[in-house]
Amino acid sequence: MRRAFIISIPYLWLIALFLIPFGIVFKLALSDMAISIPPYTPTLDISGGWAGFKDFLSQLDMENFIWLKEDNLYWKAYLSSVQIAFVSTLLTLLIGFPMAYGMAQAPKEWQATLMMLIILPFWTSFLIRIYAWMGILSNEGFLNQFLLWTGIIGAPLQIINTNLAVYIGIIYTYLPFMVLPIYATLEKLDPSYLEAAEDLGCSRTQAFWAVTAPLSKPGVVAGCFLVFIPVVGEFVIPSLLGGSRTLMIGKVLWDEFFSNRDWPVASAVAVILLLILVIPIILFQKQQERAQEAET
Amino acid sequence: MKRFTFFNITSLTLGFAFLYVPILILVVYSFNSSRLVTVWAGFSTKWYGELLQNQAFLDAAWVTLKVGIFSSCIATVLGTIAALVMVRAGKFWGRTLFSGMIYAPLVMPEVITGLSLLLLFISLGVERGVMTIVLAHATFSMCYVSVVVSSRLVSFDQSLEEAALDLGCTPFDAFKSVTLPIIAPAVISGWLLAFTLSLDDLVIASFTTGPSATTLPIKIYSAVRLGVSPEINALSTLLIGIVAIGVIIASLATKRAAVHRKRQEEAARQET
Repeated sequence: MRRAFIISIPYLWLIALFLIPFGIVFKLALSDMAISIPPYTPTLDISGGWAGFKDFLSQLDMENFIWLKEDNLYWKAYLSSVQIAFVSTLLTLLIGFPMAYGMAQAPKEWQATLMMLIILPFWTSFLIRIYAWMGILSNEGFLNQFLLWTGIIGAPLQIINTNLAVYIGIIYTYLPFMVLPIYATLEKLDPSYLEAAEDLGCSRTQAFWAVTAPLSKPGVVAGCFLVFIPVVGEFVIPSLLGGSRTLMIGKVLWDEFFSNRDWPVASAVAVILLLILVIPIILFQKQQERAQEAET
Repeated sequence: MKRFTFFNITSLTLGFAFLYVPILILVVYSFNSSRLVTVWAGFSTKWYGELLQNQAFLDAAWVTLKVGIFSSCIATVLGTIAALVMVRAGKFWGRTLFSGMIYAPLVMPEVITGLSLLLLFISLGVERGVMTIVLAHATFSMCYVSVVVSSRLVSFDQSLEEAALDLGCTPFDAFKSVTLPIIAPAVISGWLLAFTLSLDDLVIASFTTGPSATTLPIKIYSAVRLGVSPEINALSTLLIGIVAIGVIIASLATKRAAVHRKRQEEAARQET
Protein backbone atom coordinates (compact mmCIF):
# COMPACT_ATOMS: atom_id res chain seq x y z
CA MET A 1 0.00 0.00 0.00
CA ARG A 2 2.74 2.39 0.98
CA ARG A 3 4.74 1.23 -2.04
CA ALA A 4 1.88 2.10 -4.37
CA PHE A 5 1.62 5.53 -2.78
CA ILE A 6 5.34 6.23 -3.21
CA ILE A 7 5.29 5.08 -6.83
CA SER A 8 2.25 7.19 -7.56
CA ILE A 9 3.81 10.53 -6.53
CA PRO A 10 6.36 10.92 -9.37
CA TYR A 11 4.20 8.81 -11.68
CA LEU A 12 1.16 11.08 -11.45
CA TRP A 13 3.31 14.20 -11.63
CA LEU A 14 4.87 13.04 -14.90
CA ILE A 15 1.52 11.97 -16.33
CA ALA A 16 0.00 15.35 -15.50
CA LEU A 17 2.90 17.52 -16.67
CA PHE A 18 4.54 15.42 -19.36
CA LEU A 19 2.09 12.98 -20.92
CA ILE A 20 -1.21 14.89 -20.85
CA PRO A 21 0.38 18.02 -22.40
CA PHE A 22 1.36 15.88 -25.41
CA GLY A 23 -2.24 14.79 -25.74
CA ILE A 24 -3.24 18.45 -25.89
CA VAL A 25 -0.65 19.11 -28.60
CA PHE A 26 -2.10 16.25 -30.68
CA LYS A 27 -5.62 17.58 -30.21
CA LEU A 28 -4.65 21.11 -31.14
CA ALA A 29 -2.82 19.90 -34.25
CA LEU A 30 -6.21 18.70 -35.48
CA SER A 31 -8.00 22.00 -34.77
CA ASP A 32 -8.56 25.14 -36.80
CA MET A 33 -6.97 28.51 -36.19
CA ALA A 34 -9.23 31.26 -34.87
CA ILE A 35 -8.60 34.89 -34.03
CA SER A 36 -9.32 34.79 -30.32
CA ILE A 37 -7.74 33.73 -27.06
CA PRO A 38 -6.91 30.89 -27.11
CA PRO A 39 -6.44 31.30 -30.85
CA TYR A 40 -7.97 28.05 -31.99
CA THR A 41 -11.29 26.19 -32.24
CA PRO A 42 -12.81 23.88 -31.20
CA THR A 43 -12.17 23.78 -27.48
CA LEU A 44 -13.45 20.77 -25.59
CA ASP A 45 -16.36 21.83 -23.40
CA ILE A 46 -16.93 19.15 -20.79
CA SER A 47 -20.35 20.51 -19.82
CA GLY A 48 -21.64 19.54 -23.28
CA GLY A 49 -21.66 15.86 -22.31
CA TRP A 50 -21.56 13.08 -24.91
CA ALA A 51 -23.22 15.16 -27.63
CA GLY A 52 -20.69 17.91 -27.03
CA PHE A 53 -17.87 15.38 -27.32
CA LYS A 54 -19.20 14.05 -30.64
CA ASP A 55 -19.57 17.58 -31.91
CA PHE A 56 -16.01 18.27 -30.79
CA LEU A 57 -14.69 15.20 -32.61
CA SER A 58 -16.48 16.08 -35.84
CA GLN A 59 -14.71 19.42 -35.92
CA LEU A 60 -11.22 17.90 -35.79
CA ASP A 61 -9.54 17.42 -39.13
CA MET A 62 -6.23 16.80 -40.82
CA GLU A 63 -6.18 20.24 -42.45
CA ASN A 64 -2.99 21.37 -40.69
CA PHE A 65 -1.11 18.27 -41.75
CA ILE A 66 -2.27 18.68 -45.35
CA TRP A 67 -1.10 22.27 -45.15
CA LEU A 68 2.30 21.10 -43.88
CA LYS A 69 2.48 18.50 -46.63
CA GLU A 70 1.74 20.99 -49.36
CA ASP A 71 4.09 23.67 -48.15
CA ASN A 72 7.64 22.84 -49.18
CA LEU A 73 9.16 24.99 -46.43
CA TYR A 74 8.23 22.50 -43.73
CA TRP A 75 9.58 19.44 -45.50
CA LYS A 76 12.80 21.22 -46.29
CA ALA A 77 13.08 22.31 -42.67
CA TYR A 78 12.54 18.74 -41.37
CA LEU A 79 15.04 17.30 -43.82
CA SER A 80 17.66 19.94 -43.20
CA SER A 81 17.26 19.61 -39.38
CA VAL A 82 17.84 15.86 -39.56
CA GLN A 83 20.75 16.37 -41.92
CA ILE A 84 22.38 19.07 -39.76
CA ALA A 85 21.86 16.93 -36.65
CA PHE A 86 23.34 13.87 -38.36
CA VAL A 87 26.44 15.64 -39.67
CA SER A 88 27.08 17.46 -36.41
CA THR A 89 26.67 14.24 -34.41
CA LEU A 90 29.37 12.62 -36.55
CA LEU A 91 31.66 15.64 -36.21
CA THR A 92 31.11 15.75 -32.44
CA LEU A 93 31.99 12.05 -32.24
CA LEU A 94 35.12 12.67 -34.31
CA ILE A 95 36.29 15.38 -31.89
CA GLY A 96 34.84 13.86 -28.71
CA PHE A 97 36.20 10.32 -29.01
CA PRO A 98 39.92 11.27 -29.02
CA MET A 99 39.26 13.56 -26.03
CA ALA A 100 37.48 10.82 -24.07
CA TYR A 101 40.24 8.39 -25.04
CA GLY A 102 42.94 10.80 -23.94
CA MET A 103 41.13 11.33 -20.61
CA ALA A 104 40.79 7.59 -19.98
CA GLN A 105 44.48 7.07 -20.79
CA ALA A 106 45.65 9.93 -18.59
CA PRO A 107 47.39 9.19 -15.27
CA LYS A 108 44.90 8.49 -12.45
CA GLU A 109 45.68 11.66 -10.52
CA TRP A 110 44.77 13.76 -13.58
CA GLN A 111 41.44 12.16 -14.35
CA ALA A 112 39.30 13.98 -11.77
CA THR A 113 40.64 17.35 -12.96
CA LEU A 114 40.05 16.54 -16.64
CA MET A 115 36.56 15.33 -15.84
CA MET A 116 35.88 18.60 -14.02
CA LEU A 117 37.17 20.59 -17.01
CA ILE A 118 34.71 18.76 -19.28
CA ILE A 119 31.77 19.32 -16.94
CA LEU A 120 32.50 22.96 -16.08
CA PRO A 121 31.34 24.48 -19.41
CA PHE A 122 28.19 22.39 -19.06
CA TRP A 123 27.33 24.32 -15.90
CA THR A 124 27.84 27.69 -17.59
CA SER A 125 24.87 29.09 -19.41
CA PHE A 126 24.20 27.60 -22.80
CA LEU A 127 23.00 30.97 -24.07
CA ILE A 128 26.21 32.70 -22.97
CA ARG A 129 28.38 30.11 -24.67
CA ILE A 130 26.53 30.60 -27.96
CA TYR A 131 26.77 34.35 -27.47
CA ALA A 132 30.56 34.05 -27.05
CA TRP A 133 30.74 32.62 -30.58
CA MET A 134 28.77 35.54 -32.02
CA GLY A 135 31.70 37.81 -31.15
CA ILE A 136 34.23 35.37 -32.58
CA LEU A 137 32.54 34.54 -35.87
CA SER A 138 31.15 37.95 -36.90
CA ASN A 139 32.62 39.80 -39.86
CA GLU A 140 34.74 42.04 -37.61
CA GLY A 141 35.14 39.17 -35.15
CA PHE A 142 38.26 37.62 -33.70
CA LEU A 143 38.50 34.77 -36.15
CA ASN A 144 38.36 37.05 -39.19
CA GLN A 145 40.80 39.52 -37.63
CA PHE A 146 43.18 36.69 -36.86
CA LEU A 147 42.98 35.26 -40.37
CA LEU A 148 43.45 38.72 -41.92
CA TRP A 149 46.43 39.33 -39.66
CA THR A 150 48.11 36.07 -40.68
CA GLY A 151 47.45 36.92 -44.32
CA ILE A 152 45.59 33.69 -45.06
CA ILE A 153 42.62 35.67 -46.35
CA GLY A 154 42.45 39.09 -48.00
CA ALA A 155 38.87 40.01 -47.07
CA PRO A 156 36.68 38.99 -44.10
CA LEU A 157 34.86 35.69 -44.54
CA GLN A 158 31.14 35.51 -43.99
CA ILE A 159 30.90 32.86 -41.27
CA ILE A 160 28.15 34.06 -38.96
CA ASN A 161 24.61 33.59 -40.32
CA THR A 162 25.71 30.53 -42.29
CA ASN A 163 25.32 26.82 -41.66
CA LEU A 164 29.03 26.62 -40.84
CA ALA A 165 28.46 28.82 -37.78
CA VAL A 166 25.53 26.58 -36.78
CA TYR A 167 27.75 23.49 -36.98
CA ILE A 168 30.45 25.16 -34.88
CA GLY A 169 27.87 26.19 -32.28
CA ILE A 170 26.32 22.71 -32.09
CA ILE A 171 29.65 20.90 -31.77
CA TYR A 172 30.79 23.39 -29.15
CA THR A 173 27.69 23.07 -26.96
CA TYR A 174 27.11 19.34 -27.28
CA LEU A 175 30.74 18.17 -27.00
CA PRO A 176 30.52 17.35 -23.24
CA PHE A 177 27.42 15.19 -23.89
CA MET A 178 29.51 13.09 -26.27
CA VAL A 179 32.72 12.96 -24.21
CA LEU A 180 31.18 11.96 -20.85
CA PRO A 181 29.43 8.68 -21.79
CA ILE A 182 32.38 7.56 -23.96
CA TYR A 183 34.82 8.34 -21.15
CA ALA A 184 32.62 6.38 -18.71
CA THR A 185 32.87 3.20 -20.83
CA LEU A 186 36.57 3.63 -21.71
CA GLU A 187 37.47 4.21 -18.08
CA LYS A 188 35.97 0.85 -17.04
CA LEU A 189 37.76 -1.01 -19.82
CA ASP A 190 40.13 -3.61 -18.38
CA PRO A 191 43.67 -2.87 -19.67
CA SER A 192 44.55 -6.58 -19.53
CA TYR A 193 42.36 -7.11 -22.62
CA LEU A 194 44.61 -4.75 -24.56
CA GLU A 195 47.72 -6.46 -23.20
CA ALA A 196 46.29 -9.82 -24.23
CA ALA A 197 45.64 -8.50 -27.75
CA GLU A 198 49.19 -7.19 -27.98
CA ASP A 199 50.61 -10.46 -26.63
CA LEU A 200 48.69 -12.28 -29.32
CA GLY A 201 50.48 -10.20 -31.93
CA CYS A 202 48.18 -7.22 -32.57
CA SER A 203 49.78 -3.87 -33.24
CA ARG A 204 48.50 -1.02 -31.07
CA THR A 205 46.22 0.19 -33.86
CA GLN A 206 44.87 -3.30 -34.44
CA ALA A 207 44.32 -3.76 -30.73
CA PHE A 208 42.39 -0.49 -30.67
CA TRP A 209 40.03 -1.60 -33.45
CA ALA A 210 39.70 -5.16 -32.14
CA VAL A 211 39.23 -4.38 -28.43
CA THR A 212 38.71 -0.72 -27.52
CA ALA A 213 36.36 0.26 -30.34
CA PRO A 214 33.78 -2.55 -29.87
CA LEU A 215 33.87 -2.29 -26.07
CA SER A 216 33.27 1.47 -26.17
CA LYS A 217 30.16 1.03 -28.30
CA PRO A 218 27.59 1.60 -25.48
CA GLY A 219 29.20 4.95 -24.67
CA VAL A 220 29.39 5.98 -28.32
CA VAL A 221 25.74 5.05 -28.87
CA ALA A 222 24.59 6.93 -25.75
CA GLY A 223 26.65 9.98 -26.75
CA CYS A 224 25.24 10.00 -30.29
CA PHE A 225 21.65 9.86 -29.00
CA LEU A 226 22.32 12.60 -26.46
CA VAL A 227 23.56 14.84 -29.28
CA PHE A 228 21.36 13.86 -32.22
CA ILE A 229 17.88 13.96 -30.65
CA PRO A 230 17.97 17.42 -29.05
CA VAL A 231 19.86 18.93 -32.00
CA VAL A 232 17.04 18.04 -34.44
CA GLY A 233 14.74 20.38 -32.50
CA GLU A 234 17.43 22.94 -31.61
CA PHE A 235 16.25 26.55 -31.54
CA VAL A 236 18.79 28.86 -29.89
CA ILE A 237 21.81 27.96 -32.04
CA PRO A 238 20.17 28.42 -35.48
CA SER A 239 18.41 31.53 -34.26
CA LEU A 240 21.58 33.28 -33.04
CA LEU A 241 24.31 31.88 -35.30
CA GLY A 242 22.34 30.80 -38.38
CA GLY A 243 21.12 33.02 -41.17
CA SER A 244 17.86 33.38 -43.02
CA ARG A 245 18.87 30.39 -45.17
CA THR A 246 19.40 28.09 -42.18
CA LEU A 247 16.26 26.00 -42.02
CA MET A 248 15.73 24.18 -38.77
CA ILE A 249 12.40 22.93 -37.56
CA GLY A 250 12.79 24.19 -33.98
CA LYS A 251 13.07 27.72 -35.35
CA VAL A 252 10.12 27.21 -37.71
CA LEU A 253 7.99 26.05 -34.77
CA TRP A 254 9.05 29.03 -32.67
CA ASP A 255 8.25 31.54 -35.45
CA GLU A 256 4.95 29.83 -36.22
CA PHE A 257 4.01 30.14 -32.58
CA PHE A 258 5.39 33.52 -31.51
CA SER A 259 5.39 35.51 -34.78
CA ASN A 260 2.52 34.05 -36.82
CA ARG A 261 0.53 33.06 -33.73
CA ASP A 262 -0.77 30.06 -35.63
CA TRP A 263 -0.98 27.61 -32.73
CA PRO A 264 -2.59 24.71 -34.58
CA VAL A 265 0.12 24.71 -37.27
CA ALA A 266 2.83 25.01 -34.57
CA SER A 267 1.28 21.97 -32.85
CA ALA A 268 1.19 20.02 -36.10
CA VAL A 269 4.88 20.84 -36.63
CA ALA A 270 5.58 19.58 -33.10
CA VAL A 271 3.62 16.36 -33.70
CA ILE A 272 5.60 15.52 -36.84
CA LEU A 273 8.88 16.39 -35.11
CA LEU A 274 7.88 14.02 -32.32
CA LEU A 275 7.06 11.27 -34.81
CA ILE A 276 10.49 11.66 -36.39
CA LEU A 277 12.15 11.42 -32.98
CA VAL A 278 10.02 8.73 -31.35
CA ILE A 279 12.13 5.84 -32.64
CA PRO A 280 15.48 7.34 -31.57
CA ILE A 281 13.94 8.26 -28.19
CA ILE A 282 12.69 4.69 -27.58
CA LEU A 283 16.07 3.27 -28.62
CA PHE A 284 17.74 5.68 -26.22
CA GLN A 285 15.45 4.60 -23.37
CA LYS A 286 16.13 0.90 -24.01
CA GLN A 287 19.86 1.58 -24.15
CA GLN A 288 19.77 3.45 -20.83
CA GLU A 289 17.77 0.67 -19.16
CA ARG A 290 20.23 -1.94 -20.39
CA ALA A 291 23.15 0.13 -19.11
CA GLN A 292 21.48 0.42 -15.69
CA GLU A 293 20.77 -3.31 -15.52
CA ALA A 294 24.37 -4.07 -16.47
CA GLU A 295 25.50 -2.13 -13.41
CA THR A 296 23.34 -3.96 -10.91
CA MET B 1 50.63 1.76 -16.95
CA LYS B 2 48.62 4.84 -17.79
CA ARG B 3 50.50 7.73 -19.27
CA PHE B 4 50.15 10.70 -21.62
CA THR B 5 51.17 9.94 -25.17
CA PHE B 6 51.80 12.63 -27.76
CA PHE B 7 48.50 11.87 -29.49
CA ASN B 8 46.52 12.05 -26.26
CA ILE B 9 48.10 15.32 -25.16
CA THR B 10 47.40 16.90 -28.55
CA SER B 11 43.77 15.86 -28.66
CA LEU B 12 43.15 16.97 -25.07
CA THR B 13 44.90 20.32 -25.55
CA LEU B 14 43.05 21.13 -28.76
CA GLY B 15 39.73 19.94 -27.31
CA PHE B 16 40.03 21.98 -24.13
CA ALA B 17 41.27 25.03 -26.06
CA PHE B 18 38.14 24.76 -28.21
CA LEU B 19 35.97 24.61 -25.07
CA TYR B 20 37.65 27.39 -23.13
CA VAL B 21 39.09 30.01 -25.52
CA PRO B 22 35.66 31.46 -26.49
CA ILE B 23 34.72 31.92 -22.83
CA LEU B 24 38.12 33.45 -22.09
CA ILE B 25 37.75 35.99 -24.94
CA LEU B 26 34.30 36.90 -23.66
CA VAL B 27 35.59 37.48 -20.12
CA VAL B 28 38.61 39.54 -21.23
CA TYR B 29 36.53 41.79 -23.48
CA SER B 30 34.03 42.52 -20.72
CA PHE B 31 36.80 44.73 -19.26
CA ASN B 32 37.23 46.62 -22.52
CA SER B 33 36.54 50.36 -22.24
CA SER B 34 35.38 50.68 -25.85
CA ARG B 35 31.82 50.03 -26.90
CA LEU B 36 33.20 48.28 -29.98
CA VAL B 37 33.49 44.76 -28.70
CA THR B 38 36.31 43.63 -30.94
CA VAL B 39 38.69 46.59 -30.57
CA TRP B 40 40.71 46.70 -27.36
CA ALA B 41 40.79 50.26 -25.99
CA GLY B 42 42.09 49.79 -22.46
CA PHE B 43 41.00 48.27 -19.17
CA SER B 44 37.78 49.45 -17.58
CA THR B 45 35.06 48.15 -15.30
CA LYS B 46 32.47 50.68 -16.40
CA TRP B 47 30.18 48.09 -18.00
CA TYR B 48 29.79 46.38 -14.65
CA GLY B 49 28.74 49.69 -13.14
CA GLU B 50 26.16 50.25 -15.86
CA LEU B 51 24.89 46.74 -15.38
CA LEU B 52 24.22 47.27 -11.69
CA GLN B 53 22.11 50.31 -12.53
CA ASN B 54 20.02 48.45 -15.07
CA GLN B 55 16.86 47.75 -13.09
CA ALA B 56 15.38 45.47 -15.78
CA PHE B 57 18.33 43.08 -15.53
CA LEU B 58 18.24 43.10 -11.72
CA ASP B 59 14.51 42.31 -11.70
CA ALA B 60 15.03 39.48 -14.18
CA ALA B 61 17.88 38.10 -12.07
CA TRP B 62 15.61 38.05 -9.01
CA VAL B 63 12.84 36.19 -10.89
CA THR B 64 15.39 33.68 -12.22
CA LEU B 65 16.75 33.05 -8.74
CA LYS B 66 13.28 32.47 -7.28
CA VAL B 67 12.33 30.08 -10.08
CA GLY B 68 15.66 28.26 -9.75
CA ILE B 69 15.41 27.69 -6.00
CA PHE B 70 11.76 26.57 -5.94
CA SER B 71 11.96 24.36 -9.02
CA SER B 72 15.22 22.67 -8.02
CA CYS B 73 13.89 21.82 -4.54
CA ILE B 74 10.71 20.27 -5.98
CA ALA B 75 12.76 18.48 -8.64
CA THR B 76 15.15 17.05 -6.07
CA VAL B 77 12.37 15.56 -3.92
CA LEU B 78 10.44 14.15 -6.89
CA GLY B 79 13.59 12.99 -8.69
CA THR B 80 14.92 11.16 -5.62
CA ILE B 81 11.59 9.37 -5.16
CA ALA B 82 11.54 8.52 -8.85
CA ALA B 83 15.07 7.10 -8.60
CA LEU B 84 14.02 4.92 -5.63
CA VAL B 85 11.05 3.70 -7.64
CA MET B 86 13.22 2.93 -10.68
CA VAL B 87 15.89 1.05 -8.77
CA ARG B 88 14.00 -0.53 -5.86
CA ALA B 89 10.32 -0.93 -6.67
CA GLY B 90 10.78 -3.97 -8.90
CA LYS B 91 8.00 -4.69 -11.36
CA PHE B 92 4.83 -2.64 -11.27
CA TRP B 93 2.06 -1.81 -13.65
CA GLY B 94 3.22 0.69 -16.28
CA ARG B 95 6.92 0.47 -15.47
CA THR B 96 7.97 0.91 -19.09
CA LEU B 97 5.81 4.02 -19.37
CA PHE B 98 7.35 5.33 -16.16
CA SER B 99 10.93 4.85 -17.29
CA GLY B 100 10.01 6.31 -20.67
CA MET B 101 8.72 9.43 -18.95
CA ILE B 102 11.99 9.64 -16.98
CA TYR B 103 14.35 9.27 -19.94
CA ALA B 104 12.41 11.04 -22.70
CA PRO B 105 12.65 14.57 -21.22
CA LEU B 106 16.46 14.26 -21.16
CA VAL B 107 16.56 14.33 -24.95
CA MET B 108 13.17 15.85 -25.84
CA PRO B 109 13.64 19.04 -27.89
CA GLU B 110 12.79 21.96 -25.64
CA VAL B 111 10.42 23.55 -28.16
CA ILE B 112 8.09 20.53 -27.86
CA THR B 113 8.18 20.41 -24.06
CA GLY B 114 7.62 24.16 -23.86
CA LEU B 115 4.74 24.21 -26.33
CA SER B 116 2.96 21.26 -24.72
CA LEU B 117 3.21 22.70 -21.20
CA LEU B 118 1.94 26.07 -22.37
CA LEU B 119 -1.09 24.43 -23.97
CA LEU B 120 -1.74 22.55 -20.72
CA PHE B 121 -1.62 25.72 -18.65
CA ILE B 122 -3.92 27.52 -21.06
CA SER B 123 -6.48 24.73 -21.16
CA LEU B 124 -6.51 24.66 -17.36
CA GLY B 125 -6.91 28.43 -17.29
CA VAL B 126 -3.88 28.90 -15.03
CA GLU B 127 -2.44 32.39 -14.99
CA ARG B 128 1.11 32.23 -16.35
CA GLY B 129 4.05 33.61 -14.41
CA VAL B 130 6.62 32.45 -11.87
CA MET B 131 4.41 29.56 -10.77
CA THR B 132 4.07 28.02 -14.22
CA ILE B 133 7.81 28.31 -14.96
CA VAL B 134 8.54 26.61 -11.63
CA LEU B 135 6.23 23.69 -12.51
CA ALA B 136 7.74 23.37 -15.99
CA HIS B 137 11.33 23.45 -14.74
CA ALA B 138 10.64 21.05 -11.88
CA THR B 139 9.19 18.57 -14.37
CA PHE B 140 12.14 18.37 -16.74
CA SER B 141 14.86 18.69 -14.12
CA MET B 142 13.40 15.96 -11.86
CA CYS B 143 14.35 13.53 -14.64
CA TYR B 144 17.99 14.65 -14.50
CA VAL B 145 17.97 14.35 -10.70
CA SER B 146 16.53 10.85 -10.91
CA VAL B 147 19.24 9.72 -13.36
CA VAL B 148 22.01 11.11 -11.12
CA VAL B 149 20.54 9.62 -7.92
CA SER B 150 19.72 6.22 -9.43
CA SER B 151 23.31 5.75 -10.61
CA ARG B 152 24.36 6.12 -6.96
CA LEU B 153 21.55 3.86 -5.69
CA VAL B 154 22.55 1.11 -8.10
CA SER B 155 26.11 1.01 -6.82
CA PHE B 156 25.44 0.87 -3.09
CA ASP B 157 25.24 -2.21 -0.92
CA GLN B 158 21.60 -2.98 -0.16
CA SER B 159 22.48 -5.25 2.76
CA LEU B 160 23.18 -2.13 4.87
CA GLU B 161 19.54 -1.17 4.54
CA GLU B 162 18.41 -4.74 5.28
CA ALA B 163 20.57 -4.75 8.41
CA ALA B 164 18.82 -1.62 9.65
CA LEU B 165 15.43 -3.25 9.02
CA ASP B 166 16.55 -6.41 10.86
CA LEU B 167 17.63 -4.29 13.82
CA GLY B 168 14.08 -2.96 14.11
CA CYS B 169 14.03 0.21 12.02
CA THR B 170 10.83 1.11 10.21
CA PRO B 171 11.34 1.42 6.43
CA PHE B 172 11.19 5.19 6.75
CA ASP B 173 13.79 5.23 9.56
CA ALA B 174 16.04 2.93 7.56
CA PHE B 175 15.76 5.26 4.60
CA LYS B 176 16.44 8.33 6.74
CA SER B 177 19.41 6.99 8.71
CA VAL B 178 21.05 4.62 6.21
CA THR B 179 20.05 5.22 2.60
CA LEU B 180 19.78 9.00 2.60
CA PRO B 181 23.25 9.70 4.08
CA ILE B 182 24.79 7.33 1.53
CA ILE B 183 23.07 8.83 -1.48
CA ALA B 184 23.36 12.41 -0.13
CA PRO B 185 26.26 13.45 -2.43
CA ALA B 186 24.22 12.37 -5.46
CA VAL B 187 21.12 14.15 -4.15
CA ILE B 188 23.14 17.35 -3.65
CA SER B 189 24.69 17.21 -7.10
CA GLY B 190 21.22 16.49 -8.48
CA TRP B 191 19.95 19.64 -6.78
CA LEU B 192 22.84 21.69 -8.19
CA LEU B 193 22.19 20.29 -11.66
CA ALA B 194 18.47 21.11 -11.41
CA PHE B 195 19.29 24.60 -10.19
CA THR B 196 21.69 25.40 -13.05
CA LEU B 197 19.36 23.84 -15.63
CA SER B 198 16.67 26.20 -14.41
CA LEU B 199 18.96 29.27 -14.42
CA ASP B 200 19.98 28.39 -17.95
CA ASP B 201 16.71 27.67 -19.62
CA LEU B 202 15.46 30.01 -22.32
CA VAL B 203 13.06 28.02 -24.50
CA ILE B 204 10.78 26.39 -21.92
CA ALA B 205 10.65 29.58 -19.85
CA SER B 206 9.70 31.64 -22.94
CA PHE B 207 6.76 29.35 -23.63
CA THR B 208 5.48 29.00 -20.08
CA THR B 209 5.93 32.53 -18.79
CA GLY B 210 3.38 35.32 -18.78
CA PRO B 211 3.83 39.06 -19.05
CA SER B 212 4.52 39.35 -15.31
CA ALA B 213 7.69 37.25 -15.18
CA THR B 214 10.80 37.77 -17.33
CA THR B 215 13.76 35.55 -16.52
CA LEU B 216 17.38 36.49 -17.13
CA PRO B 217 17.85 34.18 -20.15
CA ILE B 218 14.76 35.70 -21.81
CA LYS B 219 16.18 39.18 -21.16
CA ILE B 220 19.64 38.18 -22.41
CA TYR B 221 18.21 36.56 -25.53
CA SER B 222 16.26 39.63 -26.55
CA ALA B 223 19.34 41.84 -25.99
CA VAL B 224 21.71 39.45 -27.79
CA ARG B 225 19.55 39.24 -30.88
CA LEU B 226 20.49 42.85 -31.60
CA GLY B 227 24.18 41.94 -31.55
CA VAL B 228 27.18 41.74 -29.24
CA SER B 229 27.34 44.37 -26.50
CA PRO B 230 29.76 45.02 -23.64
CA GLU B 231 27.01 45.01 -20.97
CA ILE B 232 26.07 41.49 -21.95
CA ASN B 233 29.75 40.52 -21.83
CA ALA B 234 29.93 41.90 -18.28
CA LEU B 235 26.73 40.11 -17.25
CA SER B 236 28.00 36.85 -18.77
CA THR B 237 31.30 37.19 -16.93
CA LEU B 238 29.48 37.65 -13.62
CA LEU B 239 27.34 34.56 -14.24
CA ILE B 240 30.35 32.47 -15.31
CA GLY B 241 32.26 33.62 -12.22
CA ILE B 242 29.42 32.72 -9.85
CA VAL B 243 28.99 29.28 -11.41
CA ALA B 244 32.73 28.55 -11.46
CA ILE B 245 33.11 29.48 -7.78
CA GLY B 246 30.04 27.40 -6.87
CA VAL B 247 31.25 24.33 -8.73
CA ILE B 248 34.77 24.56 -7.28
CA ILE B 249 33.44 24.92 -3.72
CA ALA B 250 31.05 22.00 -4.25
CA SER B 251 33.77 19.74 -5.61
CA LEU B 252 36.19 20.61 -2.79
CA ALA B 253 33.44 19.90 -0.25
CA THR B 254 32.63 16.48 -1.73
CA LYS B 255 36.34 15.64 -1.88
CA ARG B 256 36.73 16.49 1.82
CA ALA B 257 33.62 14.53 2.70
CA ALA B 258 35.00 11.51 0.82
CA VAL B 259 38.33 11.73 2.65
CA HIS B 260 36.52 12.08 5.98
CA ARG B 261 34.31 9.05 5.28
CA LYS B 262 37.29 6.94 4.27
CA ARG B 263 39.05 7.80 7.52
CA GLN B 264 35.95 6.84 9.53
CA GLU B 265 35.60 3.56 7.68
CA GLU B 266 39.26 2.83 8.34
CA ALA B 267 38.81 3.59 12.04
CA ALA B 268 35.75 1.36 12.24
CA ARG B 269 37.66 -1.45 10.57
CA GLN B 270 40.50 -1.20 13.07
CA GLU B 271 38.10 -1.37 16.00
CA THR B 272 36.64 -4.69 14.93
